[in-house]
Amino acid sequence: MSKKFVEEFKVVENIALNSSNFLIKLLSKKALPQIAPGQFVNVEVKNSKEIFLRRPFSVFEVDYTQNTMSLIVKILGRGSKKLTEAEDGDTINIVYPLGKSFSYPEKEDKVLLIGGGSGVAPMLFLAKESGLVKENVDILLGARSKEDHIDVSDYAKYGNLHYTTEDGSLGEKGFVTHHSIFEQINNYNKIYACGPDAMMKAVAKIAKKEGVFCEVSLENLMACGFGVCLCCIEPTQKGNLCICTEGPVFNIKELKW
Amino acid sequence: MVNLKVKIDDLDLKNPVMTASGTSGFAEELTDFYDVGQLGGLLLKGTTLKNRDGNAYPRMAETASGMLNAVGLQNKGIDYFIENIYPRIKDYNTPLIVNVNGSTVEEYIAVTEKVNELDKIPAIELNISCPNVKEGGMSFGISCPSAEAVTREVRRVYDKTLIVKLSPNVTDITEIAKAVEGQGADSVSLVNTFLGMAIDSEKRIPLLSTVTGGLSGPAIKPIALRMVWQVYNAVKIPVIGMGGIMNAADAIEFMLAGATAVQVGTAIFKDPFIPVQIIKGIEEYLERHKILSVSELVGCLQM
Ligand SMILES: Cc1cc2nc3c(=O)[nH]c(=O)nc-3n(C[C@H](O)[C@H](O)[C@H](O)COP(=O)(O)OP(=O)(O)OC[C@H]3O[C@@H](n4cnc5c(N)ncnc54)[C@H](O)[C@@H]3O)c2cc1C
Ligand SMILES: Cc1cc2nc3c(=O)[nH]c(=O)nc-3n(C[C@H](O)[C@H](O)[C@H](O)COP(=O)(O)O)c2cc1C
Ligand code: FES
Repeated sequence: MSKKFVEEFKVVENIALNSSNFLIKLLSKKALPQIAPGQFVNVEVKNSKEIFLRRPFSVFEVDYTQNTMSLIVKILGRGSKKLTEAEDGDTINIVYPLGKSFSYPEKEDKVLLIGGGSGVAPMLFLAKESGLVKENVDILLGARSKEDHIDVSDYAKYGNLHYTTEDGSLGEKGFVTHHSIFEQINNYNKIYACGPDAMMKAVAKIAKKEGVFCEVSLENLMACGFGVCLCCIEPTQKGNLCICTEGPVFNIKELKW
Repeated sequence: MVNLKVKIDDLDLKNPVMTASGTSGFAEELTDFYDVGQLGGLLLKGTTLKNRDGNAYPRMAETASGMLNAVGLQNKGIDYFIENIYPRIKDYNTPLIVNVNGSTVEEYIAVTEKVNELDKIPAIELNISCPNVKEGGMSFGISCPSAEAVTREVRRVYDKTLIVKLSPNVTDITEIAKAVEGQGADSVSLVNTFLGMAIDSEKRIPLLSTVTGGLSGPAIKPIALRMVWQVYNAVKIPVIGMGGIMNAADAIEFMLAGATAVQVGTAIFKDPFIPVQIIKGIEEYLERHKILSVSELVGCLQM
């Protein structure tokens, strides 16, 4: 069990990364606790008559010197839309830090980080925090088309960037698992993935077949986000586990995939 | 200093605010936020004789002012609780109450007998009102003969405080309340969730794997409040009220309607600190109205 908080953060930046993704930077009044890649926060959506529960988002960046934390929010429905309308100076109430993080790679590991859609946030956070030399890190990002990708060129210093798009408008054409990187998948000791279920299942299938260590971060409908309601389950080898406390990161060996 | 203490049978509570079963896990999760010793009491997650996996995903659907759940009593069974969880939580400085569930009267008895042996569990809440399990659950709580039978048999094997949790999914809740009072219940708690449903109109599918589920949260408060008031006027044993309590004013309304104590459920998902804030809010209300003891509020609705 680790200490968790409910806190009002101040919005210090909210910028559109493309037509549907926003980067929201939040300032804490006090020193932030340690937050690791894969962990998430549960955000209250204020001033909405229809929205009752919080919405979970992965932590994208943390700056302990500035006491800021950033999220990448993709507009999916009413709650995410409302959040992206936040203005500088607004406050956002957050329950955090939640869930288990990715396991950090060992110094010599060669790793492949795969992000699809809003799944890029924890993958880029992990790339930054992995402590590996750039040569040992490949970052593969997938989206429907070029416009759906966000600019992550800053991350080229943490790993080699690769792209796929379904329409071929950026990088290789197809899904992430169609990328040529998968031809030498045994080069990697560790694969980490976050994205739509279908994408992670396809990645997991290959990793399992080739016997490569693989962790995936799952998404699910959550009511509480900290383990009391048992709404967010995933069937695993150990029975139904809560994604919010036993995950969101799981080793594929634990899953029934 | 105002006096926040209340008494439910032999159970002395330092204040009238407890957390509701199924909304505060086995208490450990809340300790990540604060000391649960501040709470009046803690209702633990519904427990059955054997391990239950609960229902399939999706188990939750949000509504405008509440939510539907179809968890289906997922738990690892009473023996697992006794061996693995109880030793870790038994010294929390607040009464821990086990929410007992079963598919048959025998199962309710078996779970109760095991809980009876636990020193640090001063009471049980007999859940005869879960709408999310096929067998047992709510079916015990919606007819007087079955509610009577299960209460009578459990009373035989249990010496400590016996709270029976009532279903709101009935025509006249006072009939069931009187029936369980007649069989030796020391208190009744109400309400459990209301049977409800949600549909995705685009996909034309139900949002819950079980089609129907239990509605909780602010949406149910007025109905729950009415039921607490009706039951308070029908029985002599203390009533514990719940259903959509989000703040101190809500809790006070339940007490004015006749609840000796309250339980806070779904509000915890919005903010785990709400039960603690409610305790503080009640204290402020009493000071503001120059009322010395919280028990003076119970049933004091002016007509
Ligand atoms: C651990 C975790 C981390 C996440 N990290 C991020 C992130 O970094 N960035 C980001 O943009 N999103 C992230 N999500 C997804 C995000 O929580 C949902 O997009 C958001 O809750 C949708 O809320 P809404 O009110 O906009 O949608 P609603 O109006 O509630 O629903 C619109 C549609 O979205 C679907 N939906 C609702 N919630 C989810 C969900 N949790 N996952 C998938 N589909 C959903 C609904 O079924 C519905 O069809 C994460 C989810 C989890 C569980
Ligand atoms: C996710 C969830 C799980 C629940 N599980 C149980 C349970 O195991 N046993 C029980 O008696 N009631 C259970 N309940 C019902 C609550 O204890 C409470 O009676 C109900 O939610 C109404 O109160 P509220 O509106 O404050 O939540 C559950 C409710 C929710 C939302
Ligand atoms: S969302 Fe409540 S247990 Fe995971």
